[in-house]
Amino acid sequence: MLHDYFGVLVFLIVGAVVGAALLVLGFILAPRHADPVKGAAYECGFEAFEDARIPFDVRYYLVAILFIIFDLEIAFFFPWAVALRELGPAAYAAMAVFFAVLVVGFAYEWRRGGLEWE
Amino acid sequence: MTFGGITLSPEDLRAVVRTVGAVVLTTVGVILSVAYLTYAERKVIGYMQARLGPNRVGRWGLLQPFADVFKLLSKEPVIPDAASRAVFVGAPLLVLTPALAAWAVIPFAPHTAIAPINAGLLYLLALTSLGVYGVILAGWASNSRYALLGAMRSAAQIVSYEIAMGFALVGVLMAAGTLDLGHLVARQAPNILHWYVIPLLPLFFVYFISAVAETNRAPFDVVEGESEIVAGFHVEYSGVMFAMFFLAEYANMILVSTLAATLFLGGWASPFAGLPWGLLAAPGFFWLALKVMILLFCFLWFRATFPRFRYDQIMRLGWKVFVPLTIVWISLEGVALWYRVGPWFAR
Repeated sequence: MLHDYFGVLVFLIVGAVVGAALLVLGFILAPRHADPVKGAAYECGFEAFEDARIPFDVRYYLVAILFIIFDLEIAFFFPWAVALRELGPAAYAAMAVFFAVLVVGFAYEWRRGGLEWE
Repeated sequence: MTFGGITLSPEDLRAVVRTVGAVVLTTVGVILSVAYLTYAERKVIGYMQARLGPNRVGRWGLLQPFADVFKLLSKEPVIPDAASRAVFVGAPLLVLTPALAAWAVIPFAPHTAIAPINAGLLYLLALTSLGVYGVILAGWASNSRYALLGAMRSAAQIVSYEIAMGFALVGVLMAAGTLDLGHLVARQAPNILHWYVIPLLPLFFVYFISAVAETNRAPFDVVEGESEIVAGFHVEYSGVMFAMFFLAEYANMILVSTLAATLFLGGWASPFAGLPWGLLAAPGFFWLALKVMILLFCFLWFRATFPRFRYDQIMRLGWKVFVPLTIVWISLEGVALWYRVGPWFAR
């Protein structure tokens, strides 16, 4: 069983090697002329006033938190969905309760306006 | 032969060589497909807009992708002075490697996946989620406002549609009862009526539209909305590093189309399977390739047809339409499984 994963390992290595080779090739083949203007961040022609790492909208955090909750939910679903046929009525009931809790949470989130992007 | 205490017999060695050969062959195949997908994109959109598309390099412009590659390789890769150099250079690698390595578990024809692991779908879910790290690191490391804004938008969009996509996958899993992609295709035998697209039609649409959004393609391409934030997270990238983002984006397009074909459209199975039509009814790589090409054509068609969505519309579609839709359909599917409805849920 474990030897099936050998292909995965090889593919990960080959994928990384292809990327690294491209990078090296690009840096060797291409001309490189340093220039202070070339090295500046792109801001439609004028010079940057300050650091670009600005504060951003807090809603992005909210989306990230929601994502973690829902993605975990999906991760819990996976083994259940695979073993569904062997597990019987108890597993159905358990998943129904779990699912219902999630749906209530989702409805609450919706009502509180957590999904609004005006 | 011995490597650090591990002894390999000649058969083992041959298996290793075979695996490495298959991996290299697949990688080359994916990269060539990407090259000709970019050509097809320019041609298809060209004709849809009553233009000719590329037609100068080689006959019918067929060598255009290679000209593009050489151009990008010979362009200077600029690293901005204010950028975090190591992260800036590492980010394209972090996007490209998972986009290639994900192909390890794809069954191209009966019994021909490179790594036929029994957690194939889980592996794919994990690897495709990794891409978002590259995007966010690229945007942050650039130390440029457009790049940061593009990265935030892109990350939020990708993770939002990942939820809808994940739920669609759960629907397929419930029907199939296996994570092994080879078995998953085999479960959709013996004929076209057993393809999961029929009982799971809404999930197929959710999956495919989410796939378009996940790969940041039009009409969901606000992350690189040219008119407001230039090129989004890769605005500071040039030369070969830009080429790597480009390669990864197109490789991901082909990957999600292949997955859609595998999970919902019977993978390598013939649509005429079960009919006495000889070769036309036989399974094979040809059928998978044909289905993938049809889905990829849809990607190009969408781009030529639809105007770009606004960001709030994109987030609303993901969270307020797709997530509830998948929740309802999974619940219905649970009931259908309980009562063993139709030929799909009988087993």
